Amino acid sequence: MTADLALIWPELILTIGGLITLMLGTFAGDRQVGLYQGASLLTLAAAAAAVVALFGVNATVFSGTLSVDGFGGFAKLLIYAASFVCILVAPRFFTGGMRAEYPVLILFAALGMGIMASSRDLMTLYVGLELNSLAAYVLASFMRTDERSSEAGLKYFVLGALASGMLLYGISLLYGFSGTTDFAGIAARMGGEINIGLIFGIVFVLAGLGFKISAVPFHMWTPDVYEGAPTPVTTFFASAPKVAAMALTTRVVIDAMGPAVGAWQQIIIFLALASIILGAVGAIGQKNIKRLLAYSSINNVGFMLIGLAAGTQQGVEGVLTYLLVYVVTTLGAFLVVLQLRDAEGNQVESIPALAGLSQRRPGLAAAMAVFLFSLAGIPPLFGFWPKYLVFEAAVNANLVPLAVAGIVASVIGAFYYIAIIKTMYFDDKSDVEVTGGGNVVEGTIVAVSALWLSVIGYLFIPMLAIASAGAASVLF
Amino acid sequence: MSGGLPILSLMLAVPLVAAVLCIYAGDRNARLIALAATLVDFVLGCVLWAQFDIGGAQWQFTERADLFGRFQWALGIDGMALMLIMLSVFLMPLCILASWDAIKSRVGLYMAMFLIMETIMIGVFCAQDLLLFYIFFEAGLIPMYFIIGIWGGANRIYAAFKFFLYTLLGSVLMLVAMIAMIREAGTTDIPTLLAYNFPPEMQTWLWLAFFASLAVKMPMWPVHTWLPDAHVQAPTAGSMILAGVLLKLGAYGFLRFMMPMFPDASAQLMWIVFALSMVAVVYTSLVALVQNDMKKLIAYSSVAHMAIVTAGLFAFNQQGIEGALIIMLSHGVVSAALFFCVGVIYDRLHTREIDRYGGLAVNMPAYALFFMLFTMASIGLPGTSGFVGEFLSLLGIYEASSVVAFVCTTGIILGAAYMLYLYRRVVFGELTKDDVKAMPDLTAREWTIMAPLAAVALWMGVYPESFLAPMRGDVTTVVARLAPAKPAGDAHLAAAKPKAAKAHEGEAAHGSSHAGGVQ
Repeated sequence: MTADLALIWPELILTIGGLITLMLGTFAGDRQVGLYQGASLLTLAAAAAAVVALFGVNATVFSGTLSVDGFGGFAKLLIYAASFVCILVAPRFFTGGMRAEYPVLILFAALGMGIMASSRDLMTLYVGLELNSLAAYVLASFMRTDERSSEAGLKYFVLGALASGMLLYGISLLYGFSGTTDFAGIAARMGGEINIGLIFGIVFVLAGLGFKISAVPFHMWTPDVYEGAPTPVTTFFASAPKVAAMALTTRVVIDAMGPAVGAWQQIIIFLALASIILGAVGAIGQKNIKRLLAYSSINNVGFMLIGLAAGTQQGVEGVLTYLLVYVVTTLGAFLVVLQLRDAEGNQVESIPALAGLSQRRPGLAAAMAVFLFSLAGIPPLFGFWPKYLVFEAAVNANLVPLAVAGIVASVIGAFYYIAIIKTMYFDDKSDVEVTGGGNVVEGTIVAVSALWLSVIGYLFIPMLAIASAGAASVLF
Repeated sequence: MSGGLPILSLMLAVPLVAAVLCIYAGDRNARLIALAATLVDFVLGCVLWAQFDIGGAQWQFTERADLFGRFQWALGIDGMALMLIMLSVFLMPLCILASWDAIKSRVGLYMAMFLIMETIMIGVFCAQDLLLFYIFFEAGLIPMYFIIGIWGGANRIYAAFKFFLYTLLGSVLMLVAMIAMIREAGTTDIPTLLAYNFPPEMQTWLWLAFFASLAVKMPMWPVHTWLPDAHVQAPTAGSMILAGVLLKLGAYGFLRFMMPMFPDASAQLMWIVFALSMVAVVYTSLVALVQNDMKKLIAYSSVAHMAIVTAGLFAFNQQGIEGALIIMLSHGVVSAALFFCVGVIYDRLHTREIDRYGGLAVNMPAYALFFMLFTMASIGLPGTSGFVGEFLSLLGIYEASSVVAFVCTTGIILGAAYMLYLYRRVVFGELTKDDVKAMPDLTAREWTIMAPLAAVALWMGVYPESFLAPMRGDVTTVVARLAPAKPAGDAHLAAAKPKAAKAHEGEAAHGSSHAGGVQ
């Protein structure tokens, strides 16, 4: 037990740090932003350091319910980094100071996500997922006086609860027909003859997880929640939980259902293609940049699923690299959105208001252009590389038609990305005077991520390859 | 590596660094920086040409660095790439000069886009790694999208989107093919892939995927429709670089990848290329004939010229391919010049409608002279660059198929028709319109652009050997690679018949023609 505790340092740090932050908020008051923000950032940094310290360890703890390995470590680092950025940029958005609940909720959500990424048992899977979800529901409605925010929270909660129900139903079927909740045990059962009960279990579990990664057809909540939630929260939703849910899905699919490739591969292929196409088509005609980015995230999840559909180590490496690049791009894009304010300091979210941004804020527009071209996967921007990796994995797994379909559909996606660039660069200036201060922290993050995503990222390919290969090899 | 200096990397870096400077420099400085950088690259290009060892190793100035793990920073050129790089670095300073006054807004960004374009073009031609090539190949979309979209004409947004999406759709299919090739051969190294024998069954698919991409870039009929739109809307220098260099990417891809890497499929599917080329030559020439917009006319003529290039390439013989290469270079210079000619009068009258002009020979004699030279070069008058290319390629095409040669020749006649018709309507006739009367002749800056273009068009026409010699070895390699798969052309079929039968047939033919003559 004590030995087990020594291997879950990141989770312990997050738990204790979260509680301390909560205490600080309670006793020092909401006004002491620096105090509780600092505490939460410190907690995340310490947790990340603990993850790094545990690199190389490959063990299971607590009777095989959690796994401490490179795969989980890779995902956790990404999750903590994204959470870090979302706490860092929040105070400027919540005018009048943010409340201490915000970083506390993010810390607990991050804890839940870490458990998701490490789980190798249906029980821990569910606990981690719900810990994350409950925090997320509250975060979505964080601006409780704002109608859109409350609506987003409610919608997220109702639909999320439905998805949890489906997931639980799937879990109970898997348990019922395999007699165990352990991934390895389930996999052993899958190796034999697969009966209809197990198939239903797989379908329902994948449906529940599909909701979490907002894959079509379980994506309906995404645009509404992304639009309604406060922008820092949307930034968070679009980054960290995607990593956690994708990591969890990968683990479930490869670890627990691995032997039954025939049963899940078609489902993943369907989810992938539907997400790519609907994500792309749905985005056309959106007027709100946050909604648009929501569709973009649906679209990108589709590409990740192509890598997963391959079911090979190479595919999982592709998914991990994709997640990393996606998180950097998404954080960058949302930070640009955070910077857009009109003369009165109100957030600008409408796309037509971006017209002529390249003349008003050339640097910001250029960074946004980099993020969008990168999301579209146009070389030489670095967003091309993970797309290449997942397609390569699909081709190598003899899924050539899937690769062709996905790659052709990516052209539809390019259409709306370049449509925004058109608005920023080709259109005349809009009436909305986009000002927004040059916040040093945000500006630096935006600039660094834009530079990294331009061409510099390619220099990191060898490093990324080693990291993702190390992480992915754990599952095979 | 020659002399230890990584000259190719340097040529890629100079415009890129200058592009960053341009963004931060003022309008006037941006122009100067861009001109200086492009001239430096031109000088470096001349050094490259001067040091290129004709008859030496196929790949020269090679550089290799394992920067990216999965693929390499591998550069190197052969004669073909050398000539196309020369074309790019030669046109680039002229493009900057052509936009000197014409571009008034956001000059820094404009110059930066052109400089990035230059890096990308050089990169495409000297990449020796398949993925590196693809990255450069597709990267060209971004600056061109901005050039058309920001500084283009009234309908620029439509044209920019059409250009972007058409070419993107084509190239993503090529990407899947590349992934399959890398999987099969286990390498991204182009020289290795050139020697790799892909299974014939697989070649067909790979060939089709590459064809989808390169045919759009060429562009071949029927996927050419983005080109007139892009040309009409793009600013003058944008059209110059589009017609001058970017259209050559497709043909370069045919020659570098499709033909030597998939020889069996190329032989099997050559009829597709021939069929599309024949349709294109005749159809787009006819369409060009009825245009009232000068740029559109030249754009359609580009499609027709490129169709002769594709037919020449797929003749699979030395003359055909050499001819196609010379047409590419010649068209690069001449069409860029023609677009500049249109730009010159567009700057004065702000219309490209042919009917608005007439009688320019009276008040713009120097302009009329240059315009005539380029018109003649476009038609293929002996002594100009156009003639050499068309003659050689038609010779090659004839050897492969007399029917294709016949149809392509029709295109040349139609070409003469539309170009002369254009020239007559713009330059000859009476000078009646007041606003046209007020147009002054060429300025010093315009002379500076016209003169080198004219000189090169004549040089290529009078002494094409200087351009053919560096490429001959590469063409021989490609032809040798294609030889086992090459189908017998109909000219050869006749020669291969048994002597007795041939003699008999010859007599009969001779007799009948003689009889015909008597009657």
